[in-house]
Amino acid sequence: MAPMETHIESRTIAVLVDNEPGVLARVIGLFSGRGYNIESLTVTEVDVSHGLSRITVVTSGTAQILEQIKAQLARLVPVHRVRDLTVEGTSVERELALIKVAGAGDKRVEALRIADIFRARVVDSSHDHFVFEMTGKSDKLDVFVDLMQPLGLIDVSRTGVVAISRGPKAL
Amino acid sequence: MATEQFTGAEIVIKALKDQGVDTVFGYPGGAVLPIYDAIFQQNDIKHILVRQEGGAVHAAEGYARSTGKVGVVLVTSGPGATNAVTGLTDALMDSIPLICLTGQVPTHLIGNDAFQEADTTGITRPCTKHNYLVRDIENLSRTMHEAFYVAQNGRPGPVVIDLPKDVQQGKSETYLVPEDVKHRSYRPKVDGESEHIEQAVEALSKAKRPIFYVGGGVINSGNRASELLTEFVRLTGAPCTTTLMGLGAYPGTDKQFVGMLGMHGTYEANLCMYNCDVMVNVGARFDDRITGVIDQFSPDSTKIHIDIDASSINKNVMVDIPIVGDAERILEKMLQIWKAKKHSLDAQSAKSWWKRIEEWRSKDCLGYSQDGSEIKPQHAIKRLYELTKDRKPYVTTEVGQHQMWAAQYFHFDEPKKWMTSGGLGTMGYGLPAAVGAQIAHPEDLVVDVSGEASFMMNMQELGTISQYNLPVKIFIVNNQWMGMVRQWQQLLHGNRHSESYSDSLPDFVKLAESFGIVGMRCEKAEDLDRMIQEMIDCPHPVLFDCQVTKEENCYPMIPSGAAHYEMLLGPEDLAAKPISEEGMVLV
Repeated sequence: MAPMETHIESRTIAVLVDNEPGVLARVIGLFSGRGYNIESLTVTEVDVSHGLSRITVVTSGTAQILEQIKAQLARLVPVHRVRDLTVEGTSVERELALIKVAGAGDKRVEALRIADIFRARVVDSSHDHFVFEMTGKSDKLDVFVDLMQPLGLIDVSRTGVVAISRGPKAL
Repeated sequence: MATEQFTGAEIVIKALKDQGVDTVFGYPGGAVLPIYDAIFQQNDIKHILVRQEGGAVHAAEGYARSTGKVGVVLVTSGPGATNAVTGLTDALMDSIPLICLTGQVPTHLIGNDAFQEADTTGITRPCTKHNYLVRDIENLSRTMHEAFYVAQNGRPGPVVIDLPKDVQQGKSETYLVPEDVKHRSYRPKVDGESEHIEQAVEALSKAKRPIFYVGGGVINSGNRASELLTEFVRLTGAPCTTTLMGLGAYPGTDKQFVGMLGMHGTYEANLCMYNCDVMVNVGARFDDRITGVIDQFSPDSTKIHIDIDASSINKNVMVDIPIVGDAERILEKMLQIWKAKKHSLDAQSAKSWWKRIEEWRSKDCLGYSQDGSEIKPQHAIKRLYELTKDRKPYVTTEVGQHQMWAAQYFHFDEPKKWMTSGGLGTMGYGLPAAVGAQIAHPEDLVVDVSGEASFMMNMQELGTISQYNLPVKIFIVNNQWMGMVRQWQQLLHGNRHSESYSDSLPDFVKLAESFGIVGMRCEKAEDLDRMIQEMIDCPHPVLFDCQVTKEENCYPMIPSGAAHYEMLLGPEDLAAKPISEEGMVLV
């Protein structure tokens, strides 16, 4: 019998599901009901003609719990496929954030300068504020948000992680 | 032929018939009246009117478990659906295939807090295998057939179909037959990985101290799985134990059967589990009532786990050889390989393994002394078994001490004869489940082994028993306590019997008589056999109030937080092995 592991790791899991009412509730209910973590969750229809949605969930736990999460997801009736993008090959992960910073004077200039370094785009502005749009890995977004904190950050909206495997194969 | 139009209610009935349904358990109400009207106008499907919707679900469970078919429930919206929730959860935990049709307010009123509206799909999502809300009559027949497919395939479970009243009353030309409906995504694995199957046979062939640990999955897989299992166990000569849900999957009177395992299992079964070197788990799920404290569970064994549900594997206990698939198919393959390779267990090792097992057996862990006139509950159940066994009865139970005693003292040589609420532990399960079993097997003896407290949780179903003159025998092991609660209070809470006394009990004989049911009361050991025989011989329903010793506890017992080898064999053991504080927080 293998010893129980206690090391906690993070995984990005892609789930292809029928786009039917309640399917997201089923997935979320599974996580809350069994006490699993959700660090990020995104969902939208990706194949209109076949009525398929793709859920990307970032979760964490011990190796045993992570295997449980995948097995529990796979046995939901409307689930077609479950893939662990973290361990099954490499993948590209991205997140989009909209970040609103309000203020004037030096702080405003500094915000714009940092945004430039991070290749954030200005998508809305007035004399009193900017809205930056930024895409990247979640930790890059975290850093940018932290830097904006003292510069008048007042609002953040983030999509959560979307991910896709590298290479020529589909999910 | 001109295209025929059906109402939604007619489509429901037609689909049930096409799925081979002959019986529906239900209770009418405003939001299902169109379906009740359609039932009234046909004769192929019999409706059994229960007295509360919870009873309908348990009755359907009893029907399903005693036949291997899908049980069907029909209830109204709102309270009808919420009353069904306990039974649905019970069926989910014990993997019972059910279809529960719930009425719903018309689609245009959904979300408006209409009269008798409840978010049925929302409420039942975590307690069903799957559920549907049919908003469009065009999808109705497809949904019905899909639901039956989902309920029966893979690990079986309950499926709810929520039917708004306007869908039931609408009209459509669309009716798909079952053969035309194929599920888009749900394809459970049934065959198992060949490589793992071979590894498993290889590991078993080298075992010195093997054990088969068998669960309800074998019974769900079908009678053939039990036959194959029995053949395989006998061919190897290994001991076999079953879980509470697995009783009957292997013949209970066979000499290789070492009894049920787990918290109230036999000493020999639990020590086999602790000391084995190869464990073959077929269709069981390493539930906490089986394993005791996990880090001391069977520490030196190679564990093979056959289960149709991949999520059961490595959930509680890490195993060495997982096989995902249907028990029947996998046992068939294992048996083939075993025979083809002419395997046999090492005779010398087998002999010394059985010698140890016989030593454990000689402790006679289920022994009790019946002396005097007062009836010991163990004795009551043992005599009930002895006097009914030739009739091969269907036995249901409620939950508590009587349930464990029934599991210990009844022996089932066939699957599908034993129905109990294992996973959820639902008091009140047994009486309605007996209704379902008796409806399915009108000529057979059906006994509900009950406790007085559990019985009172669904005693309204006496009305159903009376209405259909179902000759169910209700055997109440009456100790005037919620016995298992009191036992735990005694063991873990300083003997403070907080609210566990069954106060203000009715006169059960008069209660039975008020429903037109025969009532009997037995208070003396010397009357027991004669009165049990009288009960069995009675062609009508009988409520048997068996007054037993009040303070008796259920042994053997693995206290919570303890390991298999730390079993308590009786009250005298408890003083020697007090229960740890860690154990107290467990359930």
